[in-house]
Amino acid sequence: MAKLHVSTTINGEPAEFLCEPGDTMLDALRGPLGLTGSKEGCASGDCGACSITLDNRLVCSCLMLAAEAEGQDIRTIEGMAQGEKLHPLQQKFLEMAALQCGICTSGMLVASEALLQKNPRPSEEEVRFWLAGNLCRCTGYDKIVRAVLETAADMREAAQ
Amino acid sequence: MNVITNNKWIGQRTIRPDGADKVTGRAAFAADTTMPGMIWGKVKRSPHPHARIKSIDTSKAEALPGVKAVVSARDIVDFPVDKSVMLGIQDMRWMCRNVMAREKVLFPGHPVAAVAATSEAIAAKACELIEVDYEVLPWTIEIEDAIKPDAPILHDFMKFEGKPSNIAGRLEVKKGDIEQGFKQADIVIERSFTTRPVHQGYIEPHACLISVAPDNKTTIWSSSQGQFMVRAMTAYLTGIPQSDIRAIPAEIGGGFGGKTIVYLEPLATLLAKKSGRPVKMVMTREEVMRATGPTSGSKSTVKIGATKDGRIVAAQGTFYLQAGALPGSPIRGAVGCSFSPYDIPNVLSVGFDVLSNRSKVAAYRAPGAPIGAYAVECVLDELAEALKMDPLELRLKNAAKQGTKAAFGPVFPRIGYVETLEAAKAHPHYAAPLGKLQGRGVASGFWFNAGGESSAQVNITEDGNVVVTTGHPDIGGSRAAIANICAELLGIDYRRVSVLIGDTATVGFSNLTGGSRVLFASAMVVTQSADKVIATLRERAAKIWEIDPEAVKWENGAAHPASPNAGQFEPLTLAELAAKAPQMGGPIGAGVQLNTEGAEGGFGTHICDVEVDPELGIVRVIRYTAVQDVGRAIHPGYVEGQMQGGVAQGIGWALNEEYIYNRDGKVDNPGFLDYRMPVCSDLPMLDTVMVEVPNPKHPQGVKGVGEVPLVPVMAAVANAIHNALGKRFYSLPMSPPRVLEVLDGEG
Repeated sequence: MAKLHVSTTINGEPAEFLCEPGDTMLDALRGPLGLTGSKEGCASGDCGACSITLDNRLVCSCLMLAAEAEGQDIRTIEGMAQGEKLHPLQQKFLEMAALQCGICTSGMLVASEALLQKNPRPSEEEVRFWLAGNLCRCTGYDKIVRAVLETAADMREAAQ
Repeated sequence: MNVITNNKWIGQRTIRPDGADKVTGRAAFAADTTMPGMIWGKVKRSPHPHARIKSIDTSKAEALPGVKAVVSARDIVDFPVDKSVMLGIQDMRWMCRNVMAREKVLFPGHPVAAVAATSEAIAAKACELIEVDYEVLPWTIEIEDAIKPDAPILHDFMKFEGKPSNIAGRLEVKKGDIEQGFKQADIVIERSFTTRPVHQGYIEPHACLISVAPDNKTTIWSSSQGQFMVRAMTAYLTGIPQSDIRAIPAEIGGGFGGKTIVYLEPLATLLAKKSGRPVKMVMTREEVMRATGPTSGSKSTVKIGATKDGRIVAAQGTFYLQAGALPGSPIRGAVGCSFSPYDIPNVLSVGFDVLSNRSKVAAYRAPGAPIGAYAVECVLDELAEALKMDPLELRLKNAAKQGTKAAFGPVFPRIGYVETLEAAKAHPHYAAPLGKLQGRGVASGFWFNAGGESSAQVNITEDGNVVVTTGHPDIGGSRAAIANICAELLGIDYRRVSVLIGDTATVGFSNLTGGSRVLFASAMVVTQSADKVIATLRERAAKIWEIDPEAVKWENGAAHPASPNAGQFEPLTLAELAAKAPQMGGPIGAGVQLNTEGAEGGFGTHICDVEVDPELGIVRVIRYTAVQDVGRAIHPGYVEGQMQGGVAQGIGWALNEEYIYNRDGKVDNPGFLDYRMPVCSDLPMLDTVMVEVPNPKHPQGVKGVGEVPLVPVMAAVANAIHNALGKRFYSLPMSPPRVLEVLDGEG
């Protein structure tokens, strides 16, 4: 079976890849595109370790077909820092020890950034429900939630 | 002793050395690497809980285009069942049968063959083409069935009390005279409990990438809790000498004990050897759930007797733990830890290792201890209620302290258990008001902690910075703590210390990351290495100044004259001495390898508030405070993180997590949707109180901190539910259907 050719935009750059019709976006990212920051924890949309945004919408890349990326705007963890400058969420996660093993961290950061773009002033409850699709087995979520809330406050202050 | 006060870096919340890699997606976990020419391996697994393998026909699979190699049990080194070969806590007789079924398949998911092919899809297709002729046998899943006299026997060679049995072992600890002890009691409470198997739940599935050259030189890239364990087990099971294997530790995406054994590495090594191609294998989540170790389900009975003033005079525990299909459940933790927070004159604690047709259990955070503590701490809550005593008061009255002889053997040195109880009692949480349908529970816990073999190398770079290499995979921030310690000792900024984890070819033997041993042991070898480096730096300065090395002191990252008598010299910094190294005696660095001793046990006391929805049976934890004697918090952020993570796992174990088996003897919930671990919206903030009673046998006062926080949780939650509803629960999980059963059943 011939492979499909897909043209898309990944982290602001035009990108092309070949995939099987049944490949997921996560397969394409981790395989031909070489972007292994998105992780596969379950391949069933339950753990969120593969979180990316598709036209600014938070999705599990394991539940999206690679071919669906055609003409879309994809963002992954690899596009979060601007060159050497970490995104405020990335910096806050480091300062507040909001990661341990790090396998969920890419997905947590992508999901948290998507939240703050939608809602710059989330309550603790809103953060907790927004991140309920991202499993972390190490931290008990405490430091992650605090880091997101503090980053939101910092970013609001910086925006003023 | 090198106990440091007025620390600059120890105790600071520094940025972890591997942090930037992990927040940018750069960090390379096991499944993130490829090799040129790489092909894919896949495991063919048993559909049956118990069956004899009559024959395996791999010819159709081998004929499939793209298939490069097929292996089965005949390719794995056999360890005959009559002779034990131990590697750490694992017996190779059982490991060789776990990685690949030999005479029989013993659980659904048990590997029977493995295939390597040019794509994952071809490898999966080839697995389907392997024909296995099974003689299906009767099977047993639950403890009560497995220990019946007419139970199907998993292993004919396994005898208990002279008869073939599914009881693979018995362990007893004893102190005083249990019968006399109960005679002194005014009140005796005896209760039985059950817990279900729960999985460690690491988010990263097992994975490896392995290359074997024609001369057998083998490179293993995998995520595990010990690259040396991977090397040794792979060597044992493939027959390749350890010296030919280089095991490189990938970043590990969670382990919690579950990655202290191998599953894929020996298979991928054999496939790579046969095919001549590098082989990558990655488990699916379903494979992780079906075929890798959960911890044991259990049945236990605990009986505690006390005088009417609340003095515990006798305690007895009987713990049956599921081993899975091959021996090795963590009875030591259940038997040894359960009563250890208390000074009890008469103790009898007995554990039984019970086989059944489930996947072989693996270590899980304080293996066995949470199971024992759940039963003991629930009985203590009933005892406090019967005596009309505050539950923390009861524990204080009976608390183990310096000089108490634990039933499992040792006499405790200075320990911090009492301090955790006092801190819990004084905490505002303990006095906070509760609302309707809310309740509060407390519980304590103990874990042995561990020392053992560790190696480290501390090297000074030519530009005067530091590279530290240790041999332990970092599962929770140990590199950050090592950076703090090394910066402290050398008197330099922590950002000048790079901490790396060596592979088996670049650092000396280091035992597993497990038992809460890593920071305890690696801080010791790093400290001794740094001390040697400092001695060299002082000698170099002495040579330059032409004075005695004893007249040179090391302070704030530079050599100084020790006193005015030594002479007047400008300090020589680390960078200056490093630059002069080629002329003054050569490279500066030191390595130390030790079998570390002096790990002291850890204690914790937890307070839990719950709210129960009596209509839906849902229990929510609404406030939680974990208090723990942490010895010395080298990096407080990651110590708190260990405590919070352990609590979250315990809340899952208490309220939702369980392996559910169907009528065919198969796990019915092998995925994250139906095996429900706590998600962010299930939990409140998890407060921590770090009590610091330094370990006198450690240069920085370190005690293990990773395991204790799981031990008290299930009992704290159960006791809180009782406080809310006035009803006791004797089995886990206390999930909505069970809560409703108890509420409905007792009206």
